[in-house]
Amino acid sequence: MTASRAAWCFISPALLVIGVFFLLPAAASLLLSLTDFDLYALADPANLRWVGFANYLELLQRPLFWQALGNTLYFVVVGVPVSMGVSLLAAVLLQDSAARCRAFFRTALFAPVVTTVVAVAVIWRYLFHTRYGWINHVLAGVGIDPVDWLGDPHWAMPTLILFAVWKNFGYNMIILLAGLQAIPADLYEAARIDGANRWQQFRHITLPSLQPMLMMVAILTTAGYFQLFAEPYVITEGGPVQSTLSVLYLMFEEGFKWWNLGMASAVAFSLFALMLFVTLILTRLFRSRHE
Amino acid sequence: MSVPVSRSDWAGVLVNGALVGFAVASLAPLVWMLSVSFMPAGEASSLPPPLLPSAPTLDNYRLLFSRMGIGSYALNSLLIALLVTLLSLLFNTLAGYAFAKLTFHGRERLFQSLLGALVIPAQVAMMPLFLLLKEMGLVNSIGGVVVPAMASVFGIFLVRQYTRGIPDELLEAARIDGAGEFRIFWQIVLPLLKPVLVTLATFTFLGSWNDFMWPLIVLSDSGLHTLPVALSNLAREHVQDSELMMAGAVLTVLPVLLLFLALQRYYLQGLLLGSVKG
Repeated sequence: MTASRAAWCFISPALLVIGVFFLLPAAASLLLSLTDFDLYALADPANLRWVGFANYLELLQRPLFWQALGNTLYFVVVGVPVSMGVSLLAAVLLQDSAARCRAFFRTALFAPVVTTVVAVAVIWRYLFHTRYGWINHVLAGVGIDPVDWLGDPHWAMPTLILFAVWKNFGYNMIILLAGLQAIPADLYEAARIDGANRWQQFRHITLPSLQPMLMMVAILTTAGYFQLFAEPYVITEGGPVQSTLSVLYLMFEEGFKWWNLGMASAVAFSLFALMLFVTLILTRLFRSRHE
Repeated sequence: MSVPVSRSDWAGVLVNGALVGFAVASLAPLVWMLSVSFMPAGEASSLPPPLLPSAPTLDNYRLLFSRMGIGSYALNSLLIALLVTLLSLLFNTLAGYAFAKLTFHGRERLFQSLLGALVIPAQVAMMPLFLLLKEMGLVNSIGGVVVPAMASVFGIFLVRQYTRGIPDELLEAARIDGAGEFRIFWQIVLPLLKPVLVTLATFTFLGSWNDFMWPLIVLSDSGLHTLPVALSNLAREHVQDSELMMAGAVLTVLPVLLLFLALQRYYLQGLLLGSVKG
């Protein structure tokens, strides 16, 4: 057996799985989004019709789609910077020479990352309960009136963002921590000799050195946050008054509750296009700042 | 009594104080979950909200197993996670090794296009995938969750990164001795890959156990539900039973948390290895 034939034997099972169960469906999704595939077509493919861009045009006219888009963007635009800020702060604290028990703190701060979203989302529902939740109880202790976190359309999304930050910051913290450890110590030594204080060292050494890593983390986190689904599904069921309905939640309802698989594919591709666009902008933004 | 405190001491207090704050914020919800799961029904919904159970009880767990069938959900989760881990480990390792060490026409181009496919969010493929699995008779079966997860670009990438560190001379020597490619892989390469295999297995198991959206879609028969899917249904039906739900959350989270604690080193290594693709 030649090496190249062996190689194809080695890669073909994995390629087959990825090709048949991911790449092919992903491409088919684009075609599906151009049809009116619904419950009737599910029963009998003869009912399937080609509708061109009608699904996309209909989406653009649906207030609920814009609402879902707005909610998702809110989650991304606020959630990503807050997440990254918290991750960076945690990483800097862990890397500080004064920090004790580093291994313990690292594990403790990372623990929420490996937990099951659904399970910890259930915890969140009770912690943020208006009457019996600990959050309002603690706030009452400092004289703040109870907040209807999950029932008030203005507070529901911030509560979900807080949840996402709590759940995810440990992931980027580990990546940024590795980045901090790679910065040569003599850079800081030289800065200290020049009389730079901590903030100046952070501003002029830490941040520029982390630049490429921050870009990668920003892009990955943004992509992840655009895929918001389990959190609103479990914590708020998209409410109150659709204030936490995300694009993927809309896709799920269209596709697997109402069986409008054509429309659901159009929703998915709209999200994909938006994600690509935002990633492109982020890349440009970081590059231009780098030069 | 008062010892003069230098500026660096204050920095130490500040840094460690902040770390303690972070640790409390990270762990408090999990500790609270554990505590409430031992409370008698209704106790958590009293004022002021109690921190510890007045009379710790296992009633919630008993109820979950005897009346809610959580044991079978846990078995479904375990079975799916184990199958996905074993099968994807085999396929990803074979492919990752080939991409790293075996030369064939179009290797780099193929690998780059696989990496490029990472930008496609999984949800885009879900609607046609559902129809495909329906044709294959896999909807509403364990296979509907396992089969699409049998290989992943991330897994192939991880193994490839690690395998590149194995010296070519080792493989050449075996070839000169007349060993076949499959034997070289099985007897020489695989033992050397042990650390990355543990890493990938941990990643895959946790990911599969925690997965929610796809199992929710493809497993409509409640007898096949995984723990996260079952828990999300129970949480909708039993909104008031916080103690019961916390016990369910403990059963869902504890296995993966313990697995992570045991294999932490491997898991974090994989996280870093997987994030250097930039």
